[in-house]
Amino acid sequence: MESVPLNAYLTLSAFMFAMGAVGVALKRNPIVMFMCIELMLNACNLAFLAFARCQPTPQEQVAGHVFALFVLGIAAAEVAVGLAIITVIFRLRETIDVDAVSLLRE
Amino acid sequence: MFEKVLFFLLALIAISTAVGVVANRNPVRSALLLVMNFISLAILYFMLSAQFLGVLQVIVYAGAIMVLFLFVIMLLNLGSPEAIAQERELKRPLAWLVAMGLFSVLMSQALVLASYGTPQLAPDIGTARTIGLVLFTQWAFPLLLVALLLTVGVIGSILLARRRPA
Amino acid sequence: MTLADLGWVLLRIAMMLGFLLGTLPVVIWLERRVLAWFQNRIGPNRLGPFGLLQPMADAAKLFFKEEIIPAQADRLIWSLAPALSLFPALAAAATIPWGPNRLLTPVADVDIGILYFLAMSSLAAYGVLLAGWASNNKYSLLGGLRASAQVISYELGMGLALATAILYAGSLRMTDIVAMQSEPLWGVVPFIPNWLVFTPWGLVGAGLFFVCMLAETNRAPFDLPEAESELVAGYQTEYSSMKFAAFFMGEYIAILAISGIMTTCFLGGYLSPVNFSPIQSFAESSEGVWHVLAGVSGALAPPFWFVAKVFALFFGFLWVRATLLRLRYDQLMNIGWRFLIPVGLVNLALLTVYIVWGWVPSLVGYAVVGAMYWVRSARHRPEVRQLTYTRAAQPYRPKEASNV
Repeated sequence: MESVPLNAYLTLSAFMFAMGAVGVALKRNPIVMFMCIELMLNACNLAFLAFARCQPTPQEQVAGHVFALFVLGIAAAEVAVGLAIITVIFRLRETIDVDAVSLLRE
Repeated sequence: MFEKVLFFLLALIAISTAVGVVANRNPVRSALLLVMNFISLAILYFMLSAQFLGVLQVIVYAGAIMVLFLFVIMLLNLGSPEAIAQERELKRPLAWLVAMGLFSVLMSQALVLASYGTPQLAPDIGTARTIGLVLFTQWAFPLLLVALLLTVGVIGSILLARRRPA
Repeated sequence: MTLADLGWVLLRIAMMLGFLLGTLPVVIWLERRVLAWFQNRIGPNRLGPFGLLQPMADAAKLFFKEEIIPAQADRLIWSLAPALSLFPALAAAATIPWGPNRLLTPVADVDIGILYFLAMSSLAAYGVLLAGWASNNKYSLLGGLRASAQVISYELGMGLALATAILYAGSLRMTDIVAMQSEPLWGVVPFIPNWLVFTPWGLVGAGLFFVCMLAETNRAPFDLPEAESELVAGYQTEYSSMKFAAFFMGEYIAILAISGIMTTCFLGGYLSPVNFSPIQSFAESSEGVWHVLAGVSGALAPPFWFVAKVFALFFGFLWVRATLLRLRYDQLMNIGWRFLIPVGLVNLALLTVYIVWGWVPSLVGYAVVGAMYWVRSARHRPEVRQLTYTRAAQPYRPKEASNV
């Protein structure tokens, strides 16, 4: 049975990463920006796992899975802190528009 | 053949939901599309014989992180019509340009790597046992660092979100 | 995969769904009758023998009800939410083995069975959360928010409880966990199988799991998302007709599935409480009646024991519902985060002590931790009791009056 080639996975991963980048650049709602960052992290995970399957030895294959696991953990920590920050901003300013949160600029 | 068709379908879902996350104005809908994206990715992980990570993907991303996102969106009432009306964009050409550039750079690398080899079948690589054995021996120190990071994240978020006496 | 394999898979799915959907009316009838019994009422007893046809009548009534969609609701998500609460409940049961025959059960004997269940049960939060949000109703929204926070919090305790079973069996596969429990009790008592609940770590884990199970399925005393005295009906306030019925079914199917998980992981799954294998080996050597009897019991008994345990757990659900009052929200969070999770972590640590150093240090550890907890709570207990009694005994006096 012929399996799906590596670059198919990489193309999907690259597209999702670029889409996430667009979202971060375009959106003014920090929660959606966060979601787009999650999208980018997941794109990385997909690439990690696709690469892992192309490695010659089992040890190197598992290493790719371990990297993906670490990305998962870091994403969880990042979301916890990020959402707490968003909640605090909302409590202080009644809005979470990132263009309005520019106190340090003035 | 079956695998290719499945990949094509899942990739289609993943791409369309990724576009939807960015294009949708309603944050609740964006979050739901992202959940769909994560679940399709989880099935892709299964196809890459990474069952453990596929299930973790559903538990951690779909089950915990996205529920938290939805929770905050609803708590701050960001899905209300007034909040959605504030979202008017998708018209910043620079962002699209940068993204196109990024995509083409990544794609060029992906095409170069096409000769890297095709994925090979290794059924017992992605099980919890294999990953656990490596994780707690070879990668024990990085694992501890991630655990520390998570602890710091928990404490930090509690401290941030706590109401201070005025 | 050949065509025959596909046929077996479809048969397994059909049997599992048949069990879940076929038990549903019985469970609903049981809930009403048993609750009535607890409350010294009679309950529905008119339609059919013992009122057994009452759920059918309810279903027919709901089916013909008018379906009302709130004007300001987010229609797509509003219609999607009942399905999202029904689907994970049905899917969660896919890895539960309810008999020894691997051709008939479980639907998928994957080596990540427990994690699969956790994934499905964590998806169950979406139905409730989205129903609450899409209804565009304050009560619904509060119900949905409560549900999501509750499910996420108790997921941790549940994971820790299940981790005892995983660690003890050394596998995430459900059938391995059942096989582990079929061995002689503590390795010495031959006639009794080694159910996890008979070990100290399993006992603590099972208790933990039972509490988390009540919270995960939004049942009393953790039914805050649908607390009728504060939130009308919580997230399902705006739902009527079949959409309401879908939530209703989802709740009961989730209860059945999660009871099946507890049965499998802690109560020995489909194993009988007494190990009959000596009788069966006797029957194998002889002819006639014994042989037939052993064959019949071998084929019928495991599913019977499984269903019996599931129903016993469901009775536990009802017993708790009839006995305990609904908690306050802060009490719910305190129990989840400050009691269940520490207990689960200590239990897991002591189980690893057992696995590495044997049962003596582990039991000593349980004794030490239990004594510490007892001493700590005993210091607070009389004080608290006295405070409540004195407050209850004194009549209400305004401050000015007492100063005079």
